[in-house]
Amino acid sequence: MVALLPCICINRKALKQEAGSELLYEMKGALELLQRVSAHADASCWYVAWSPAGTLLASCGGDRAIRIWGKEGDSWECKSVLADGHQRTVRKVAWSPCGKYLASASFDATTCIWKKTNDDFEFLTVLEGHENEVKCVTWAPSGNLLATCSRDKSVWIWEVDEEDEYECVSVVNSHTQDVKHVVWHPTQELLASASYDNKVCIYKEEDDDWGCRATLEGHESTVWSLAFDPEGQRLASCSDDRTVKIWKESTPGDGSTDESWKCVCNLSGFHGRTVYDVAWCRLTGALATACGDDGVRVFREDPTADPEQPVFFMSAHVPKAHGQDINCVSWNPKEAGLLATCSDNGEFAIWKYNSDS
Amino acid sequence: MSGGTRLENANPLIFQRSGERRLTATDEDEDLHCYFDISINDPEHPLSLEELNVVEQMRVNVNDQESMVSVEFTPTIPHCSMATLIGLSIKVKLLRSLPDRFKIDVHITPGTHASEDAVNKQLADKERVAAALENSQLLEVVNQCLSSRAM
Repeated sequence: MVALLPCICINRKALKQEAGSELLYEMKGALELLQRVSAHADASCWYVAWSPAGTLLASCGGDRAIRIWGKEGDSWECKSVLADGHQRTVRKVAWSPCGKYLASASFDATTCIWKKTNDDFEFLTVLEGHENEVKCVTWAPSGNLLATCSRDKSVWIWEVDEEDEYECVSVVNSHTQDVKHVVWHPTQELLASASYDNKVCIYKEEDDDWGCRATLEGHESTVWSLAFDPEGQRLASCSDDRTVKIWKESTPGDGSTDESWKCVCNLSGFHGRTVYDVAWCRLTGALATACGDDGVRVFREDPTADPEQPVFFMSAHVPKAHGQDINCVSWNPKEAGLLATCSDNGEFAIWKYNSDS
Repeated sequence: MSGGTRLENANPLIFQRSGERRLTATDEDEDLHCYFDISINDPEHPLSLEELNVVEQMRVNVNDQESMVSVEFTPTIPHCSMATLIGLSIKVKLLRSLPDRFKIDVHITPGTHASEDAVNKQLADKERVAAALENSQLLEVVNQCLSSRAM
């Protein structure tokens, strides 16, 4: 169980009152639009994912297709279309750590695995088992494990061997509702899930058994997405309650015997509607959010704050980044400051974030 | 809908349709109160929802500047099992009629339904709504609800 200890609440109103105080660390940045692409005609673009090398962007959407985009000169062009894998909306895509495979999660209750061959992708296999819509698929950093989650309330963990054989090794039912997102820890074999039941679960394998080892409570509505910080010491969650919360695992020796995560920072008052996605940059530590108020925001951490009580400031904000809800935000893994967003209007956009404007 | 299923609300109160309504707006108000002629068939009753007092015209709020529409609807009886379907039909009608820039909020009039929180949460979850509308059977029922019998 988690004790919600008093945490620093960063509220926009409070910030205004503190303006001018030496405690306030000014971190004004800027987001510059590089390109806007109409990726999925007459349908939502639900997700975008950068390849591990940072040279390709995969997008997926309501038109049931996956598109792979690459840069040609100064502009992003469509390199491949994977159109026959799914019978319904493709909700998320994920690259394997080696960059040779792509997984796609669909409302048709399946997860497809695609293999990169030269410049194209071919269908490798389909993972079945979920009772209804698969909401997320994610690859573990080791490359040997995959996790999926679904409206059927379960999280499935799959193992992949050298012969490209996939096997489900565990089905965990810790949530009481639709599971929206799963994400792996950057260095440990630890998984986190976000749900319509307003909670976040942390899973670890103990004695060959995957189970929920901690439940993070605090959000007042559906938790839509999660992101670990570069070191894997903190977890950011975003929600329909319009907040972003930062959680930290409590260090042993503070009296508690079991692992617990506490909320160490609550970003409220910044987002006008549901926050659908959050992304933590591995290179710079900047936090980006995708919001239902059509805005994209970047938060920076105050380096002078106590690590046990981190403070985040909104560094950049584009109010109408897209004409409709932003569903996803993703930092390029190799090029610092390069950010992709995508929207219900079928577009994705590429941005350059500069920390000092 | 035909069949042997017993109707939950066999003798609904019928309210008089107040006639043709035109879109009205007052420039001085921040919130535009627009009168939508929403005619949606209650799946169980071959009359418009308006005639059944499920959707009251007064409870539609349009904020054109903020691109927001809010609809509050009252299910005919508190335990109506079709509340989610009716709410979904209203949402779909608005999604199809309004420009893409609009944020649409459909919820049950507070205090009028036993499961209003659960129904409202589902209606507010666009991922759930999108997935539901890919179900051809459900989509067919929604389309039937929206077929203009009263228009």
